[in-house]
Amino acid sequence: MPSWVAIVLLMAIAFLFAVGSLVGTMLLKPHRKFDAKVEAYESGMPPIGDARGRHNIRFYLVAVTFLIFDVELLFFYPWALYFNMIDDQVSLFLAGVVFILILAVAFVYEWRKGALDWNR
Amino acid sequence: MDFWAWLILITKVLAVFLLFAIGAMPLVLLERWILGRMQSRYGPHRVGWRGTLQTAADGLKLGIKEDMIPGESDKGVYWFAPVMMVMPALAAWAIVPFGPEVEMGRTIGLWVADLNVGILFFLAMGSLGVYGVVMSGWSSNSKYAHLGALRSSAQVISYELVMGLAVLAVIIYAGSLSLIDIVNAQAGLWFIVPQLIGFLLFVIAAVAETNRAPFDLPEAESELVAGFHVEYSGMRWAFFFMAEYANMLLMSAIVATLFLGGWRGWTIPGLEALTGVFWFLLKCSVFMFGFFLLRATQPRFRYDQLMNFCWKILIPIGVVNLLIAAGLRMAWS
Repeated sequence: MPSWVAIVLLMAIAFLFAVGSLVGTMLLKPHRKFDAKVEAYESGMPPIGDARGRHNIRFYLVAVTFLIFDVELLFFYPWALYFNMIDDQVSLFLAGVVFILILAVAFVYEWRKGALDWNR
Repeated sequence: MDFWAWLILITKVLAVFLLFAIGAMPLVLLERWILGRMQSRYGPHRVGWRGTLQTAADGLKLGIKEDMIPGESDKGVYWFAPVMMVMPALAAWAIVPFGPEVEMGRTIGLWVADLNVGILFFLAMGSLGVYGVVMSGWSSNSKYAHLGALRSSAQVISYELVMGLAVLAVIIYAGSLSLIDIVNAQAGLWFIVPQLIGFLLFVIAAVAETNRAPFDLPEAESELVAGFHVEYSGMRWAFFFMAEYANMLLMSAIVATLFLGGWRGWTIPGLEALTGVFWFLLKCSVFMFGFFLLRATQPRFRYDQLMNFCWKILIPIGVVNLLIAAGLRMAWS
Protein backbone atom coordinates (compact mmCIF):
# COMPACT_ATOMS: atom_id res chain seq x y z
CA MET A 1 0.00 0.00 0.00
CA PRO A 2 1.46 3.38 -0.85
CA SER A 3 2.34 5.16 2.36
CA TRP A 4 0.89 8.48 1.22
CA VAL A 5 -2.62 7.00 1.57
CA ALA A 6 -2.26 7.23 5.36
CA ILE A 7 -1.15 10.86 5.14
CA VAL A 8 -4.01 11.82 2.85
CA LEU A 9 -6.38 10.08 5.29
CA LEU A 10 -4.93 11.99 8.24
CA MET A 11 -5.18 15.31 6.41
CA ALA A 12 -8.75 14.56 5.36
CA ILE A 13 -9.72 13.70 8.95
CA ALA A 14 -8.08 16.88 10.24
CA PHE A 15 -9.92 18.93 7.63
CA LEU A 16 -13.29 17.31 8.34
CA PHE A 17 -12.79 17.60 12.09
CA ALA A 18 -11.86 21.28 11.91
CA VAL A 19 -14.54 22.34 9.45
CA GLY A 20 -17.13 20.05 11.06
CA SER A 21 -16.68 21.40 14.56
CA LEU A 22 -16.57 24.99 13.31
CA VAL A 23 -19.86 24.53 11.46
CA GLY A 24 -21.34 22.40 14.24
CA THR A 25 -20.69 24.86 17.03
CA MET A 26 -22.17 27.67 14.93
CA LEU A 27 -25.59 26.33 15.90
CA LEU A 28 -24.83 26.65 19.63
CA LYS A 29 -23.43 30.14 19.53
CA PRO A 30 -25.10 33.45 20.19
CA HIS A 31 -25.11 35.90 17.30
CA ARG A 32 -25.30 39.41 18.66
CA LYS A 33 -23.07 41.65 16.64
CA PHE A 34 -22.76 45.41 16.73
CA ASP A 35 -20.25 47.82 15.24
CA ALA A 36 -17.91 48.21 18.19
CA LYS A 37 -17.74 44.43 18.60
CA VAL A 38 -16.52 43.65 15.12
CA GLU A 39 -13.88 46.38 15.15
CA ALA A 40 -10.26 45.29 15.13
CA TYR A 41 -8.84 45.07 18.65
CA GLU A 42 -6.54 47.92 19.52
CA SER A 43 -6.47 48.02 23.32
CA GLY A 44 -10.00 49.38 23.48
CA MET A 45 -9.32 52.45 21.33
CA PRO A 46 -10.96 52.93 17.93
CA PRO A 47 -8.49 51.46 15.41
CA ILE A 48 -6.38 54.02 13.57
CA GLY A 49 -5.96 53.37 9.87
CA ASP A 50 -5.44 50.03 8.20
CA ALA A 51 -3.23 47.37 9.78
CA ARG A 52 -1.68 46.27 6.50
CA GLY A 53 0.66 49.20 6.20
CA ARG A 54 4.38 49.25 5.62
CA HIS A 55 6.58 47.19 7.86
CA ASN A 56 10.26 46.84 8.47
CA ILE A 57 12.44 45.75 5.53
CA ARG A 58 14.25 43.37 7.92
CA PHE A 59 11.50 40.78 7.60
CA TYR A 60 11.99 40.73 3.83
CA LEU A 61 15.75 40.37 4.26
CA VAL A 62 15.27 37.42 6.61
CA ALA A 63 12.92 35.77 4.13
CA VAL A 64 15.41 36.14 1.26
CA THR A 65 18.33 34.91 3.39
CA PHE A 66 16.23 31.97 4.51
CA LEU A 67 15.40 31.06 0.91
CA ILE A 68 19.07 31.03 -0.06
CA PHE A 69 20.16 28.99 2.94
CA ASP A 70 17.27 26.57 2.81
CA VAL A 71 17.95 25.71 -0.81
CA GLU A 72 21.62 25.19 0.05
CA LEU A 73 20.60 22.94 2.94
CA LEU A 74 18.45 20.85 0.60
CA PHE A 75 21.59 19.98 -1.39
CA PHE A 76 23.07 18.57 1.80
CA TYR A 77 20.42 15.89 2.31
CA PRO A 78 21.61 13.64 -0.53
CA TRP A 79 25.19 14.47 0.48
CA ALA A 80 24.56 13.29 4.05
CA LEU A 81 22.79 10.15 2.83
CA TYR A 82 25.68 9.21 0.56
CA PHE A 83 28.05 8.71 3.49
CA ASN A 84 26.61 5.23 3.98
CA MET A 85 26.51 4.32 0.30
CA ILE A 86 29.88 5.33 -1.07
CA ASP A 87 33.41 3.97 -0.61
CA ASP A 88 35.34 7.11 -1.41
CA GLN A 89 34.20 9.11 1.60
CA VAL A 90 37.18 11.47 1.53
CA SER A 91 36.26 13.10 -1.75
CA LEU A 92 32.63 13.26 -0.65
CA PHE A 93 33.73 15.05 2.51
CA LEU A 94 35.95 17.44 0.52
CA ALA A 95 33.05 18.21 -1.83
CA GLY A 96 30.97 19.15 1.20
CA VAL A 97 33.75 21.33 2.59
CA VAL A 98 34.13 23.21 -0.70
CA PHE A 99 30.37 23.75 -0.87
CA ILE A 100 30.27 25.07 2.69
CA LEU A 101 33.25 27.37 2.01
CA ILE A 102 31.43 28.94 -0.95
CA LEU A 103 28.38 29.32 1.28
CA ALA A 104 30.55 30.82 4.01
CA VAL A 105 31.81 33.54 1.66
CA ALA A 106 28.22 34.63 1.04
CA PHE A 107 27.44 34.37 4.74
CA VAL A 108 30.42 36.49 5.78
CA TYR A 109 29.56 39.04 3.10
CA GLU A 110 26.01 39.29 4.43
CA TRP A 111 27.24 39.57 7.98
CA ARG A 112 29.69 42.36 7.08
CA LYS A 113 27.00 44.18 5.10
CA GLY A 114 24.86 44.11 8.23
CA ALA A 115 22.00 42.08 6.75
CA LEU A 116 22.00 39.95 9.89
CA ASP A 117 21.94 42.85 12.35
CA TRP A 118 18.40 43.32 13.52
CA ASN A 119 18.66 46.88 14.83
CA ARG A 120 20.93 49.08 12.82
CA MET B 1 -4.86 -4.26 -0.81
CA ASP B 2 -7.09 -6.46 1.29
CA PHE B 3 -9.70 -5.68 3.91
CA TRP B 4 -7.43 -6.22 6.92
CA ALA B 5 -4.73 -3.89 5.68
CA TRP B 6 -7.35 -1.15 5.31
CA LEU B 7 -8.80 -1.88 8.74
CA ILE B 8 -5.37 -1.69 10.40
CA LEU B 9 -4.55 1.51 8.57
CA ILE B 10 -7.82 3.16 9.55
CA THR B 11 -7.41 2.05 13.18
CA LYS B 12 -3.94 3.58 13.28
CA VAL B 13 -5.13 6.82 11.71
CA LEU B 14 -8.04 7.09 14.15
CA ALA B 15 -5.76 6.35 17.12
CA VAL B 16 -3.37 9.13 16.11
CA PHE B 17 -6.30 11.46 15.54
CA LEU B 18 -7.68 10.72 19.01
CA LEU B 19 -4.27 11.38 20.52
CA PHE B 20 -4.26 14.69 18.69
CA ALA B 21 -7.84 15.65 19.52
CA ILE B 22 -7.83 14.89 23.24
CA GLY B 23 -4.10 14.85 23.92
CA ALA B 24 -4.03 18.60 24.48
CA MET B 25 -6.53 18.41 27.37
CA PRO B 26 -4.43 16.56 29.97
CA LEU B 27 -1.34 18.45 28.79
CA VAL B 28 -2.94 21.85 29.36
CA LEU B 29 -4.08 20.73 32.78
CA LEU B 30 -0.63 19.44 33.64
CA GLU B 31 0.99 22.65 32.43
CA ARG B 32 -1.35 24.78 34.52
CA TRP B 33 -0.72 22.62 37.58
CA ILE B 34 3.04 22.84 37.12
CA LEU B 35 2.96 26.59 36.47
CA GLY B 36 0.77 26.99 39.53
CA ARG B 37 3.13 25.04 41.76
CA MET B 38 6.11 26.98 40.42
CA GLN B 39 4.41 30.23 41.40
CA SER B 40 3.30 29.02 44.85
CA ARG B 41 -0.37 28.69 43.98
CA TYR B 42 -2.66 25.73 43.37
CA GLY B 43 -3.46 25.99 39.67
CA PRO B 44 -6.87 24.66 38.59
CA HIS B 45 -8.51 22.89 41.53
CA ARG B 46 -12.24 23.61 41.41
CA VAL B 47 -13.81 21.71 38.50
CA GLY B 48 -13.94 17.96 39.12
CA TRP B 49 -11.58 16.14 41.48
CA ARG B 50 -8.72 18.62 42.10
CA GLY B 51 -9.51 20.40 38.86
CA THR B 52 -9.21 17.37 36.59
CA LEU B 53 -12.22 18.45 34.54
CA GLN B 54 -10.97 22.01 34.11
CA THR B 55 -9.89 21.64 30.48
CA ALA B 56 -13.08 19.79 29.56
CA ALA B 57 -15.06 22.70 30.99
CA ASP B 58 -12.86 25.14 29.10
CA GLY B 59 -13.46 23.22 25.89
CA LEU B 60 -17.21 23.34 26.41
CA LYS B 61 -17.03 27.06 27.11
CA LEU B 62 -15.01 27.68 23.93
CA GLY B 63 -17.55 25.67 21.94
CA ILE B 64 -20.47 27.89 22.88
CA LYS B 65 -18.67 31.25 22.77
CA GLU B 66 -19.82 33.80 20.26
CA ASP B 67 -17.85 33.53 17.06
CA MET B 68 -16.48 36.94 16.16
CA ILE B 69 -15.29 37.78 12.67
CA PRO B 70 -13.76 41.27 12.54
CA GLY B 71 -15.58 43.53 10.13
CA GLU B 72 -12.45 44.65 8.29
CA SER B 73 -11.05 41.16 7.96
CA ASP B 74 -10.61 38.99 4.90
CA LYS B 75 -13.42 36.56 5.72
CA GLY B 76 -12.43 33.53 3.67
CA VAL B 77 -8.80 33.53 4.75
CA TYR B 78 -9.80 34.31 8.35
CA TRP B 79 -12.15 31.33 8.33
CA PHE B 80 -9.63 28.93 6.83
CA ALA B 81 -6.53 29.87 8.86
CA PRO B 82 -7.28 27.64 11.92
CA VAL B 83 -7.99 24.70 9.60
CA MET B 84 -4.65 25.37 7.93
CA MET B 85 -2.99 25.27 11.36
CA VAL B 86 -4.55 21.95 12.31
CA MET B 87 -3.97 20.01 9.08
CA PRO B 88 -0.14 19.92 8.95
CA ALA B 89 0.05 19.56 12.74
CA LEU B 90 -1.90 16.31 12.49
CA ALA B 91 -0.41 15.06 9.22
CA ALA B 92 3.14 15.25 10.63
CA TRP B 93 2.15 12.60 13.20
CA ALA B 94 1.98 10.02 10.41
CA ILE B 95 5.73 9.40 10.47
CA VAL B 96 6.28 9.16 14.24
CA PRO B 97 7.21 5.60 15.29
CA PHE B 98 5.53 4.86 18.62
CA GLY B 99 7.02 1.42 19.07
CA PRO B 100 8.57 -1.59 17.34
CA GLU B 101 6.79 -3.99 15.02
CA VAL B 102 4.19 -6.27 16.57
CA GLU B 103 3.34 -9.79 15.41
CA MET B 104 -0.43 -10.30 15.54
CA GLY B 105 -1.15 -12.70 12.70
CA ARG B 106 0.61 -10.20 10.49
CA THR B 107 3.40 -7.76 11.16
CA ILE B 108 2.07 -4.42 12.28
CA GLY B 109 4.40 -1.50 12.80
CA LEU B 110 3.37 0.91 15.53
CA TRP B 111 3.49 3.88 13.15
CA VAL B 112 1.05 5.19 10.61
CA ALA B 113 3.34 5.43 7.61
CA ASP B 114 6.97 4.50 7.01
CA LEU B 115 7.94 7.21 4.55
CA ASN B 116 11.38 6.91 3.02
CA VAL B 117 11.60 10.73 3.16
CA GLY B 118 10.23 10.76 6.72
CA ILE B 119 12.29 13.51 8.29
CA LEU B 120 11.93 15.75 5.22
CA PHE B 121 8.17 15.30 5.49
CA PHE B 122 8.34 16.41 9.11
CA LEU B 123 10.29 19.55 8.16
CA ALA B 124 7.85 20.23 5.32
CA MET B 125 4.84 20.02 7.62
CA GLY B 126 6.63 22.34 10.05
CA SER B 127 6.98 24.88 7.26
CA LEU B 128 3.34 24.49 6.25
CA GLY B 129 2.37 25.44 9.80
CA VAL B 130 3.70 28.94 9.08
CA TYR B 131 0.96 29.41 6.48
CA GLY B 132 -1.73 29.23 9.15
CA VAL B 133 0.10 31.86 11.19
CA VAL B 134 0.58 34.22 8.25
CA MET B 135 -2.99 33.73 7.04
CA SER B 136 -4.47 34.43 10.46
CA GLY B 137 -2.28 37.46 11.08
CA TRP B 138 -2.85 39.00 7.70
CA SER B 139 -6.57 38.34 7.42
CA SER B 140 -7.45 39.68 10.89
CA ASN B 141 -6.46 43.20 9.80
CA SER B 142 -5.41 44.05 13.32
CA LYS B 143 -2.04 45.63 14.07
CA TYR B 144 -1.19 43.20 16.86
CA ALA B 145 -2.06 40.21 14.73
CA HIS B 146 -0.11 41.60 11.78
CA LEU B 147 3.04 42.18 13.84
CA GLY B 148 2.69 38.82 15.55
CA ALA B 149 2.41 36.98 12.25
CA LEU B 150 5.44 38.80 10.81
CA ARG B 151 7.50 38.01 13.87
CA SER B 152 6.37 34.42 13.99
CA SER B 153 7.12 33.69 10.34
CA ALA B 154 10.57 35.31 10.53
CA GLN B 155 11.35 33.39 13.71
CA VAL B 156 10.09 30.03 12.51
CA ILE B 157 11.87 30.12 9.15
CA SER B 158 15.13 31.21 10.81
CA TYR B 159 15.08 28.43 13.40
CA GLU B 160 14.07 25.93 10.74
CA LEU B 161 17.56 26.28 9.29
CA VAL B 162 19.05 25.38 12.67
CA MET B 163 16.74 22.39 12.91
CA GLY B 164 17.68 21.28 9.39
CA LEU B 165 21.39 21.46 10.25
CA ALA B 166 20.90 19.37 13.40
CA VAL B 167 18.88 16.79 11.45
CA LEU B 168 21.57 16.58 8.77
CA ALA B 169 24.19 15.55 11.30
CA VAL B 170 21.90 12.72 12.44
CA ILE B 171 21.34 11.60 8.86
CA ILE B 172 25.09 11.29 8.31
CA TYR B 173 25.20 8.71 11.12
CA ALA B 174 21.91 6.98 10.35
CA GLY B 175 22.24 6.88 6.57
CA SER B 176 18.49 7.10 6.05
CA LEU B 177 15.71 9.67 6.15
CA SER B 178 13.13 7.17 7.41
CA LEU B 179 12.48 7.57 11.13
CA ILE B 180 12.18 3.82 11.64
CA ASP B 181 15.61 3.31 10.11
CA ILE B 182 16.98 6.12 12.26
CA VAL B 183 15.67 4.42 15.42
CA ASN B 184 17.09 1.08 14.29
CA ALA B 185 20.46 2.70 13.64
CA GLN B 186 20.57 3.68 17.32
CA ALA B 187 20.54 0.07 18.50
CA GLY B 188 24.11 0.31 19.78
CA LEU B 189 24.47 3.95 20.70
CA TRP B 190 21.91 6.73 21.01
CA PHE B 191 22.72 9.63 18.73
CA ILE B 192 22.79 12.03 21.66
CA VAL B 193 26.30 10.74 22.45
CA PRO B 194 28.06 11.56 19.16
CA GLN B 195 25.68 14.44 18.47
CA LEU B 196 25.35 16.30 21.77
CA ILE B 197 25.71 19.67 20.02
CA GLY B 198 23.17 18.65 17.38
CA PHE B 199 20.80 17.59 20.15
CA LEU B 200 21.09 20.96 21.90
CA LEU B 201 20.61 22.82 18.61
CA PHE B 202 17.55 20.74 17.81
CA VAL B 203 15.97 21.30 21.22
CA ILE B 204 16.52 25.07 21.03
CA ALA B 205 15.09 25.16 17.53
CA ALA B 206 12.14 23.01 18.62
CA VAL B 207 11.22 25.45 21.38
CA ALA B 208 11.53 28.36 18.96
CA GLU B 209 9.51 26.61 16.24
CA THR B 210 6.59 25.95 18.55
CA ASN B 211 6.62 29.62 19.66
CA ARG B 212 7.02 28.67 23.29
CA ALA B 213 8.72 30.59 26.09
CA PRO B 214 11.46 31.87 26.15
CA PHE B 215 10.95 32.30 22.39
CA ASP B 216 7.25 33.23 22.53
CA LEU B 217 7.81 36.61 20.88
CA PRO B 218 4.93 36.18 18.38
CA GLU B 219 2.43 36.16 21.23
CA ALA B 220 4.33 38.18 23.81
CA GLU B 221 1.47 39.17 26.09
CA SER B 222 3.13 42.30 27.37
CA GLU B 223 3.60 43.85 23.94
CA LEU B 224 1.40 42.09 21.38
CA VAL B 225 -1.48 40.91 23.62
CA ALA B 226 -1.80 37.52 21.90
CA GLY B 227 0.00 37.99 18.61
CA PHE B 228 -1.35 36.45 15.46
CA HIS B 229 -4.52 35.00 17.00
CA VAL B 230 -5.60 38.12 18.89
CA GLU B 231 -8.84 38.43 16.88
CA TYR B 232 -9.80 34.77 17.20
CA SER B 233 -12.33 33.51 19.70
CA GLY B 234 -14.28 30.38 20.52
CA MET B 235 -13.65 27.24 18.51
CA ARG B 236 -11.20 28.85 16.10
CA TRP B 237 -9.00 29.95 18.96
CA ALA B 238 -9.22 26.42 20.35
CA PHE B 239 -7.73 25.13 17.10
CA PHE B 240 -4.70 27.39 17.43
CA PHE B 241 -4.27 26.14 20.96
CA MET B 242 -4.64 22.52 19.90
CA ALA B 243 -2.15 22.93 17.07
CA GLU B 244 0.37 24.45 19.49
CA TYR B 245 0.11 21.54 21.91
CA ALA B 246 0.14 18.98 19.12
CA ASN B 247 3.29 20.60 17.77
CA MET B 248 4.96 20.56 21.18
CA LEU B 249 4.16 16.89 21.56
CA LEU B 250 5.37 16.24 18.02
CA MET B 251 8.65 18.03 18.68
CA SER B 252 9.15 15.97 21.84
CA ALA B 253 8.46 12.80 19.87
CA ILE B 254 10.90 13.75 17.11
CA VAL B 255 13.67 14.67 19.58
CA ALA B 256 13.15 11.33 21.33
CA THR B 257 13.25 9.53 17.99
CA LEU B 258 16.26 11.28 16.51
CA PHE B 259 18.51 11.54 19.54
CA LEU B 260 17.28 9.28 22.34
CA GLY B 261 16.70 6.05 20.47
CA GLY B 262 12.91 6.32 20.12
CA TRP B 263 11.34 3.19 21.56
CA ARG B 264 14.70 1.64 22.49
CA GLY B 265 15.48 0.80 26.11
CA TRP B 266 15.53 -2.23 28.39
CA THR B 267 12.83 -4.68 27.42
CA ILE B 268 11.07 -7.59 29.09
CA PRO B 269 11.16 -10.59 26.72
CA GLY B 270 7.74 -11.11 25.17
CA LEU B 271 6.62 -7.58 25.94
CA GLU B 272 8.85 -5.71 23.49
CA ALA B 273 6.01 -3.65 22.03
CA LEU B 274 4.64 -2.58 25.40
CA THR B 275 8.01 -1.63 26.86
CA GLY B 276 8.87 0.10 23.58
CA VAL B 277 5.82 2.32 23.77
CA PHE B 278 6.52 2.91 27.46
CA TRP B 279 10.10 4.09 26.79
CA PHE B 280 8.95 6.26 23.91
CA LEU B 281 6.25 7.96 25.99
CA LEU B 282 8.65 8.38 28.91
CA LYS B 283 11.20 10.12 26.69
CA CYS B 284 8.47 12.31 25.20
CA SER B 285 7.16 13.34 28.60
CA VAL B 286 10.64 14.35 29.73
CA PHE B 287 10.69 16.89 26.92
CA MET B 288 7.11 17.98 27.52
CA PHE B 289 8.05 18.66 31.12
CA GLY B 290 11.06 20.56 29.83
CA PHE B 291 8.75 22.80 27.79
CA PHE B 292 6.68 23.58 30.89
CA LEU B 293 9.76 24.12 33.02
CA LEU B 294 11.20 26.57 30.49
CA ARG B 295 7.96 28.52 30.44
CA ALA B 296 7.86 28.70 34.22
CA THR B 297 11.45 29.78 34.72
CA GLN B 298 12.82 31.65 31.72
CA PRO B 299 12.29 35.32 30.85
CA ARG B 300 11.41 36.17 27.27
CA PHE B 301 14.10 37.11 24.74
CA ARG B 302 14.13 40.48 23.02
CA TYR B 303 13.40 40.17 19.30
CA ASP B 304 16.81 41.35 18.09
CA GLN B 305 18.48 39.00 20.57
CA LEU B 306 16.38 36.17 19.18
CA MET B 307 17.35 36.79 15.56
CA ASN B 308 21.02 37.47 16.33
CA PHE B 309 21.18 34.31 18.44
CA CYS B 310 19.87 32.28 15.53
CA TRP B 311 21.83 33.77 12.62
CA LYS B 312 25.10 34.66 14.30
CA ILE B 313 25.51 31.87 16.84
CA LEU B 314 23.35 28.83 16.14
CA ILE B 315 23.76 28.62 12.36
CA PRO B 316 27.59 28.87 12.39
CA ILE B 317 27.67 26.26 15.19
CA GLY B 318 25.33 24.07 13.18
CA VAL B 319 27.50 24.21 10.05
CA VAL B 320 30.70 23.45 12.00
CA ASN B 321 28.90 20.64 13.82
CA LEU B 322 27.81 19.18 10.48
CA LEU B 323 31.40 19.16 9.22
CA ILE B 324 32.66 17.58 12.45
CA ALA B 325 29.98 14.91 12.20
CA ALA B 326 30.99 14.16 8.62
CA GLY B 327 34.64 14.03 9.61
CA LEU B 328 33.97 11.60 12.48
CA ARG B 329 31.81 9.45 10.24
CA MET B 330 34.69 9.32 7.75
CA ALA B 331 37.21 8.45 10.45
CA TRP B 332 35.06 5.58 11.77
CA SER B 333 34.71 3.67 8.52
